[in-house]
Amino acid sequence: MSSQALVEIRDVNFAYDSRPILKGVNLTFPKGKVIAVMGGSGCGKTTLLQLIGGALKPSSGYVKVDGQVIHELDHKGLYRMRRRMGMLFQFGALFTDMSVYDNVAFQMREHTDLPEEIIRDLVLMKLHAVGLRGTHHLMPAELSGGMARRVALARTVALDPMLIMYDEPFAGLDPISLTVVGNLIRRLNDALGATSVVVTHDVQESLKLVDYIYFIANGVVVAEGTPAEISISDKPFVHQFVHGEMDGPVPFHYPSSDYGQDLNLQPRR
Amino acid sequence: MTIVENLRFLGHRIVNAVWRIGYASRFFMMILFYSGTSFRRFHLTIKELFSSGVMSLIIILVAGTFVGMVLGLQGYETLKRYGSESALGSLVALSLVRELGPVLAALLFASRAGSAMTAEIGLMKATEQISAMEMMAINPIARVVAPRFWAGVISMPLLSALFSAMGVFGGYVVGVVLIGVDQGSFWSQMQAGVDFQHDIVNGMLKSFVFGVAVTAIALFEGYDAPPTAEGVSGATTRTVVESSLTILFLDFILTAFMFQGG
Ligand SMILES: Nc1ncnc2c1ncn2[C@@H]1O[C@H](COP(=O)(O)OP(=O)(O)OP(=O)(O)O)[C@@H](O)[C@H]1O
Ligand SMILES: [Mg+2]
Repeated sequence: MSSQALVEIRDVNFAYDSRPILKGVNLTFPKGKVIAVMGGSGCGKTTLLQLIGGALKPSSGYVKVDGQVIHELDHKGLYRMRRRMGMLFQFGALFTDMSVYDNVAFQMREHTDLPEEIIRDLVLMKLHAVGLRGTHHLMPAELSGGMARRVALARTVALDPMLIMYDEPFAGLDPISLTVVGNLIRRLNDALGATSVVVTHDVQESLKLVDYIYFIANGVVVAEGTPAEISISDKPFVHQFVHGEMDGPVPFHYPSSDYGQDLNLQPRR
Repeated sequence: MTIVENLRFLGHRIVNAVWRIGYASRFFMMILFYSGTSFRRFHLTIKELFSSGVMSLIIILVAGTFVGMVLGLQGYETLKRYGSESALGSLVALSLVRELGPVLAALLFASRAGSAMTAEIGLMKATEQISAMEMMAINPIARVVAPRFWAGVISMPLLSALFSAMGVFGGYVVGVVLIGVDQGSFWSQMQAGVDFQHDIVNGMLKSFVFGVAVTAIALFEGYDAPPTAEGVSGATTRTVVESSLTILFLDFILTAFMFQGG
């Protein structure tokens, strides 16, 4: 399988300052598949995507994309690699000084010599795919959160990348848009022959959508499998996540000192 | 705090300051290194010329006129004591072209355009627009920072020239039209007193240097701002404070070299 893998993550450790976030994770994203990465809030999913995109460097281990170790590439090599990646940022990150149209056209204008008429057609096609062709003249500030997210999605796939990373594409979408975006991710992936990584909390949507699921908790991969395997899994972790239970192995609280102590609730001496 | 702790704190501050200066210099070199795009795709720079240069026009023109009018009044009062009111033209023009034009225009530019640049870049960073650009394999220094830098560097001397021109006009209105200094001697004294090389070129040179300093500080502070609301507001304040002090300090240095005994 490794010859077919587009992304290989091996024994990756990563820490912000001295707080370890990832402690030796191993993930493999085969070519042509849609992979979901799930885990509690703050477990390091966004961090993982940034490691793949080369924005962060692992403290040990390596991330290989298309056979190349990302953190060993020089500036040029990294930029060449990034041209073939698309990343949907968790908060959209649309360019606020440009219209929706210019946002989607941005990479085409920067990276290609396409004439403006062709760019126009491509932009309208991408916007049409996310159901927002009519908004091309608006500024990002005039969009709702969910609309901005969909425009950002159109911009992410503007240059038909080989690796598409979605950081929580479903957050803030109504059920209809959610299904549309879910289908879009699947269709785009299959039409482009790309590989997609979807970071999400939406278990039900991903079970329908993806080929393989990784669960991350406490800095390690705690479970993985196809949707079929995951939905019948009896691992307590998976069970908690799939059914959204409050109690279980996934801690809801950020690590902290004793609650009672923080509120000065010790018994008086 | 013990002495050791104090020393440690002091050392930490110094190391940080030195580190920041190094980081700023490196940032400045990067701007120069990645400036190609700003000239190859000059429309990017033109867009920024509009937002920093053209949008500063009103404040520069109005301020220039008033400064010139004050110069006319004060100059006339002083010169009258020595019976040399006719030198009013050259006094107004020389003060403007050599000092007030470059310095005041730069101070106004720092607070009008510099602070806006810092806030804009800081917010772009806080909302991940800069990271998004990097992930699209587009160098934000080349695409966002350098065009703003060159726009600032180009517009500063022009704004300062306009400031001086409006100042001369203001001085004329007050001196000649209102007070009644002889029009002929106002202009001829000005023409005789102002030397192109010594006064005008040196004044332009000053404003060019101020333009580099103000824009570089504004862009660095924006790029280096912590990605939060307080971070951006703090950076905006620092831009205005740091660039104002830098302008005045550089003005002293440049004046000492340009006009020593002249
Ligand atoms: N720039 C940073 N500096 C220090 N710590 C950070 C930084 N960014 C993130 N962290 C920490 O790293 C951990 C993982 O962050 P990350 O953004 O990867 O979480 P996530 O899994 O994407 O969470 P969410 O689902 O809420 O988006 C968090 O606990 C956070 O506190
Ligand atoms: Mg996240």
